[in-house]
Amino acid sequence: MITFEDVVKVYPGGSTAVDHLSLELPTGKLTALVGPSGCGKTTSLRMINRMVTPTSGRILIDGEDVAGRDEAALRRGIGYVIQHAGLFPHRTVLDNVATVPVLLGKTRREARAAAQELLERVGLSADFAKRYPAQLSGGQQQRVGVARALAADPPIMLMDEPFSAVDPVVREQLHREFLRLQEDLGKTIALVTHDIDEAIKLGDRVAVFRQGGRLAQVGTPRELLAAPSDDFVAEFVGRDRGLRGLSFDSAAGLPVRPVDGLLLDDAGRPLGWPGDDGPRDTGGTFTKDDSLRVVADLAIRSPVGIAVRVGPDGAADGLVSHHDLADYLAGRRS
Amino acid sequence: MDACRVNLSYLLDPAHWEIGAAYSIPTLILAHLGYTVLALLIGTVVALPVGLYIGHTGRGSFLAINAGNAGRSLPTLGLLMLLVTLLGLGLLPVLIALTVLVVPPILTSTYAGMRSLDRRVVDAARGMGMRSWQVLTRVELPMALPVLMGGFRSAALQVVATATVAAAVGLSGLGRLLIDGLAVNDYSRVLAGAIVVAVLAVLVDLSLALVQRWIVSPGLKGTD
Ligand SMILES: Nc1ncnc2c1ncn2[C@@H]1O[C@H](COP(=O)(O)OP(=O)(O)OP(=O)(O)O)[C@@H](O)[C@H]1O
Ligand SMILES: [Mg+2]
Repeated sequence: MITFEDVVKVYPGGSTAVDHLSLELPTGKLTALVGPSGCGKTTSLRMINRMVTPTSGRILIDGEDVAGRDEAALRRGIGYVIQHAGLFPHRTVLDNVATVPVLLGKTRREARAAAQELLERVGLSADFAKRYPAQLSGGQQQRVGVARALAADPPIMLMDEPFSAVDPVVREQLHREFLRLQEDLGKTIALVTHDIDEAIKLGDRVAVFRQGGRLAQVGTPRELLAAPSDDFVAEFVGRDRGLRGLSFDSAAGLPVRPVDGLLLDDAGRPLGWPGDDGPRDTGGTFTKDDSLRVVADLAIRSPVGIAVRVGPDGAADGLVSHHDLADYLAGRRS
Repeated sequence: MDACRVNLSYLLDPAHWEIGAAYSIPTLILAHLGYTVLALLIGTVVALPVGLYIGHTGRGSFLAINAGNAGRSLPTLGLLMLLVTLLGLGLLPVLIALTVLVVPPILTSTYAGMRSLDRRVVDAARGMGMRSWQVLTRVELPMALPVLMGGFRSAALQVVATATVAAAVGLSGLGRLLIDGLAVNDYSRVLAGAIVVAVLAVLVDLSLALVQRWIVSPGLKGTD
């Protein structure tokens, strides 16, 4: 666990970057630090590995004050993914990834062998190993940045806007891969972003910062969407937080009505709704494993305002209209 | 001056190319290269650490910038004469004068190379847990090499051209051909000296270009 105890950072020149921050980042979980530009996210992150020294207060890792640790040794034990990758341009991709293991005393050959495996893990094929960073796309560079931070298998990872320099499609893909990786690895991660969607998607917990380096709210993504502590947080998480909050609710408990009026094939799979020019597309189906957000989306897009649920065999086994969904949500609220 | 007495006869006369003979062109080239290499070596030993220190720490940058300007404006021949009156004849005053010539470009380019680095990469190196000297030797120096080598090559060119002054104070080197040629009105000898110095300068620069290709990481050469 990483603990901020009443931490203040005032830079020379007088601007307060972090103002009395007390925060816990639980072990094995990803905590997203999110907030508008200049609110002290990067500064907070860099105080964990002593790249920045707090003006006052303490930062503890598993109860031990980082100020008492040897700087270089501390940093070798913490993976660090830098805003805009920060790869070494004079080293090959493979040697970039091997950096920390070599610092820790591994032979170059051992470190390279391990690096090769890691590259595959982050989705880069073997022929990237011999390239130089200038020969990679932004997304590929970010993957290398993540691999480099993971190379020594550190229990803690600091990630400063690791997915910012790529287009939305690639970012989406990196997110998916990253979540899968984190599921395996279970690192304690502090991830900085100014994108609330990214924070909500990746974070087990989200810490929202406001201007002046103050913590506005910390909680699970669901708590944040359901109960923002004040107008700033409400505004920051966005007007559509009601709809977005539904992504955390499973459709398993949602009552359905019997299938009626839907055209089915021999196996009971939906063909569409009856229409003048043949069956009209249902717009997709959901299962018990989907979120209520998926159900809401289907109900909105359906030509008849009804979402279709299917079982594991693909056969339709229930219907939900948007009235049903609204009633269900209203009932849940009271 | 009689123009038809200036020709390539001296340069092309095989007798002047005899290996090992005291006054032959190969012997003079060897001595000339000797002064050049010594001056570059001493200059590098002096200027490189200072430039790296200033670039790494950011302390004393005024020194790197002003030493460059001051050094460039010192006339080497004048300095040499002054040193000879102080120290007497010999190799020492020549080496000092030539070293003063090469220090400014090496110092300035080392500093410039270090300053031109992407600070985020240096920051990343520290963030990975490199110690200060590891950051210097594994990241800053290799990344500064292209600019640094540029300064070193221009220092080498200058010193090859200027090492002719050694002959002015009684030493060897290709300057002998110029000075002795002038003394006895043998302008073909002067021409031979000038041509050999020019060709030597080109060859030295070419070999340094090869060295640069070899020691600078392909990752820093742009993409192709
Ligand atoms: N080295 C520094 N010296 C002085 N002031 C600094 C320094 N680094 C950051 N600051 C100031 O501290 C404040 C917080 O900066 P920080 O980089 O932590 O913000 P951030 O939340 O990461 O912003 P962004 O989303 O733009 O990266 C800003 O007002 C910034 O100008
Ligand atoms: Mg930042």
